[in-house]
Amino acid sequence: MEFEPVICFETHVELKTNRKLFCDCAVTYDAAPNSSICPVCTAQPGALPILNRKAVELALKAGLALDCDINRLSRFARKNYFYPDLPKGYQISQYERPFCEHGHLEIPGDNGQTHSVGIRRIHLEEDAGKLVHSASSLGASDFSLVDYNRAGVPLLEIVGDHERNPLRSLQEARTYLEKLRQIIRYIEVSDCIIEKGQFRSDVNISLRKKGARDFGHRAEIKNMTSFRFISDALEYEIKRQSEILRSGGVVLQETRLFDEQRKVTVPMRSKEDAPDYRYFPDPDLVEVEAGRDLINRIRETLPEMPDQKVLRLTGEYGIPRDDILILTRERETSDYFAACAPQCRDTVRLGRWIIRDLFNLLNEKHMTIVDCPVGPGDFSELINLLDQGAITDPMARSMLKEMFDRRCTPESLLTDSAYRPIKDPHVLEKYAEEVLAEHPEAVSKIRNGAMEPVNFLVGQVMRKTKGKADAKKVRSLIQEKLGI
Amino acid sequence: MELCDMSAVELGRLLRKGEITSREVTLSALRRIEEKESDLKAYITVTADLALEMADRADRRFRNGEEVSPLEGIPVAVKDVLCTEGIRTTCGSRILADYVPPYHATAVRKVLESGAVLLGKTNMDEFGMGSSTENSAFGPTHNPADPERVPGGSSGGSAAAVAAGETVIALGSDTGGSIRLPAAYCGVVGLKPTYGRVSRFGLIAYASSLDQVGPIARTVEDCALLLECVSGHDRRDTTSAGAQKRGFADTLKRGVRGLRIGLPREYFVEGLDPKIRDRILEAVRLLERNGGRIVDVSLPHTKYAISAYYLIATAEASSNLARYDGVRYGYRTDRDVSDTVRMVEVTRSEGFGREVKRRIILGTYVLSAGYYDAYYLKAQKVRTLVKQDFDRALELVDCMIAPVSPFSPFRLGEKTEDPLQMYLVDVYTVSLNLAGLPGLSLPCGNADGLPVGMQIIGRPFDEATVLRVGYAYEQMRALE
Repeated sequence: MEFEPVICFETHVELKTNRKLFCDCAVTYDAAPNSSICPVCTAQPGALPILNRKAVELALKAGLALDCDINRLSRFARKNYFYPDLPKGYQISQYERPFCEHGHLEIPGDNGQTHSVGIRRIHLEEDAGKLVHSASSLGASDFSLVDYNRAGVPLLEIVGDHERNPLRSLQEARTYLEKLRQIIRYIEVSDCIIEKGQFRSDVNISLRKKGARDFGHRAEIKNMTSFRFISDALEYEIKRQSEILRSGGVVLQETRLFDEQRKVTVPMRSKEDAPDYRYFPDPDLVEVEAGRDLINRIRETLPEMPDQKVLRLTGEYGIPRDDILILTRERETSDYFAACAPQCRDTVRLGRWIIRDLFNLLNEKHMTIVDCPVGPGDFSELINLLDQGAITDPMARSMLKEMFDRRCTPESLLTDSAYRPIKDPHVLEKYAEEVLAEHPEAVSKIRNGAMEPVNFLVGQVMRKTKGKADAKKVRSLIQEKLGI
Repeated sequence: MELCDMSAVELGRLLRKGEITSREVTLSALRRIEEKESDLKAYITVTADLALEMADRADRRFRNGEEVSPLEGIPVAVKDVLCTEGIRTTCGSRILADYVPPYHATAVRKVLESGAVLLGKTNMDEFGMGSSTENSAFGPTHNPADPERVPGGSSGGSAAAVAAGETVIALGSDTGGSIRLPAAYCGVVGLKPTYGRVSRFGLIAYASSLDQVGPIARTVEDCALLLECVSGHDRRDTTSAGAQKRGFADTLKRGVRGLRIGLPREYFVEGLDPKIRDRILEAVRLLERNGGRIVDVSLPHTKYAISAYYLIATAEASSNLARYDGVRYGYRTDRDVSDTVRMVEVTRSEGFGREVKRRIILGTYVLSAGYYDAYYLKAQKVRTLVKQDFDRALELVDCMIAPVSPFSPFRLGEKTEDPLQMYLVDVYTVSLNLAGLPGLSLPCGNADGLPVGMQIIGRPFDEATVLRVGYAYEQMRALE
């Protein structure tokens, strides 16, 4: 394609605080409408904002994690406009001196090289309330209701910089959002749960001729949540803008909305209608100072970041890279692995078992690793027993299930005969001979040179022993009996 | 003299001795209200039943010998700009005509906790915008000194009530002179504290960086007591000053010997009514005779203060008043409108008075794209220069004396045709709001039978010196 996209996100992240940004109301989800409100967040006459210091610390933490400069003094500003979900008729946000500026986020670029995507600024602002229309759409409704539970919830706005290494494709866009979300979750600044509206993005996209240095007009698509919709919207925009440019037309600089049903973007308003927000410093709030001591204290709370963790674990434990990526995707998973690893002899097996068997069980029971009833100590013990050959793979799987349900240790289960492997060669022989007798077709295939049926015969023996036989021993027994 | 005409200090003495009861004082004030209200219209809401309940509670505490504060059992009126929980608070506006706040303003809470008795909410210019209390949606208040004249504004109701004995003490608010001007016009004492001295939580905002709550009373000492009661840091107001040293009443009676008192020469020029000038200079000479040292000082940026004030105040107001949209509380239009945009437009057009609309439009313009730098930003820079003038002058002197108004209280309707004429009434008062300084207005005689007030201006957080000079002057005048 002769055009290259220039993509830039403005992401709003709902902070992981107990209270709202400017009052003591609790941050809730799914609570009864207007059950977490007060004179401040409903903008009663005379009410004033009180800054939640925890929110500031989280903003600074995000700035440090994304390698930003932290402004020593920052200010809040009023963004003025009228809307029923905005109680004061202005949003308290930041304009001239945000908390953090000039950072970057590294992602693997499309060309395989690291792409250091520019972050222009990170600032704090309050969320608005929620409108509920009486019918399915605003146009069809006789009335709308406003729920102010969300009004005043702290948001972090993370703004990309289109002048410093912007995203150049749908793939890079997706990678950027996934990485950003991963990091914000890692540092516990937000849970970033998309379904709860904790991670929303506006995306800016423009096209320019490949290799050009200046920028084309951009379309801004507002309030996107799922990665799927973002991808669809961007794909549509690239097509739409290319067609316009190819036919010699001009792309309008405008704001658009994504129609999820028709999978197209539609204009919301043009530049002429763009509101004048009349920003000015909020006189009800004093300047916030982020001194060196505070910044150092917050820096110390930063955990090991995902990229560092991948490097270190790959080096220390020799686990395949794909497995490492899954193990480090969520911080809680890597914490669990890190707790087990020192106690396990075979860390590769440990990694596999977490990714495959532990995750399967957690998914089945709709749990996350944070809620896992099997602690790292017991899990490691299980892996070690497997490693020693004291139990077989299928036994380990059922033991794990029991440990989940009964919250018991592996040792306590070993006394149960169900978990004692059959080691007696006579017993194994008997089963092997039974199987060979029951499956003459398989036997003749093997005698004619096929190797596949051996697996089948081993499987049959395992079935007869209810998984209590050592699969390796069974295989050598069968091979011996068939003389191969 | 009726009980309702006495000072809080004197009433407090008699209450402690058991010679009178709070109920008697309260009834005295309520009777005066009944007599005078139809002429004065100082109150929007009178809370007679509540007042008597509170008086009875105060009396029980006195009888039981409980420890009480200086304001226990003293009737107080509160300007309708301060939120009173469960009691209608209108801000002088139709758009809040039936608004009942769910919480108390901090200043109100403190006054009530001190045992004072709430008589009611007083009339004011709508949202504090005005200098005559003629901009109230509930009709104007009349000056007790001459009912055909204005009481000044925007705390006209509070000042008139105090002057007429319809209350003993009152709370007002001052953004560009709104305590000091009505105090001067009605012949009573009013103080605008240093910005940050008193919490603004619950003070319905006009201009956030200029507003302050302050006391109005008939004596300087009563003002000092009420100020002591309401001041202090409030966590709910981030702009309220941290650890504050108080005890204004302690240094009140030290006299003026050795104090350097400045006279800003830019304030005593043409445009100031000569009779008013004479009254003030007489007062200055009296202070000099009693040991004060008079020093000539200069505040060169005085002539820019009014413009800077009206740009900053209206800009902040245009934003502060955006919440009055008919969605959550207050007036909402009855008219059948097509969508929320129309609902908000019509509600605000019907609910706001003309002066309020004028200032919102002006303020919106000042902040708008392309004009922000030339107006708002420039005005803030001028503000810094005005403040620096005062800082420099207040290094040479301990306080300054100035007029409050260039002319005497004018007739009702005299200045309502030309808003700019009305704005110029504030020339002597707005600088203190821009600079955040404390200012006391107190009576210094009459001109043509009408009260004249003079301003005493102090250093930041030095209300003690301002009150001390005021008290000394008050004593001197009483002796003469």
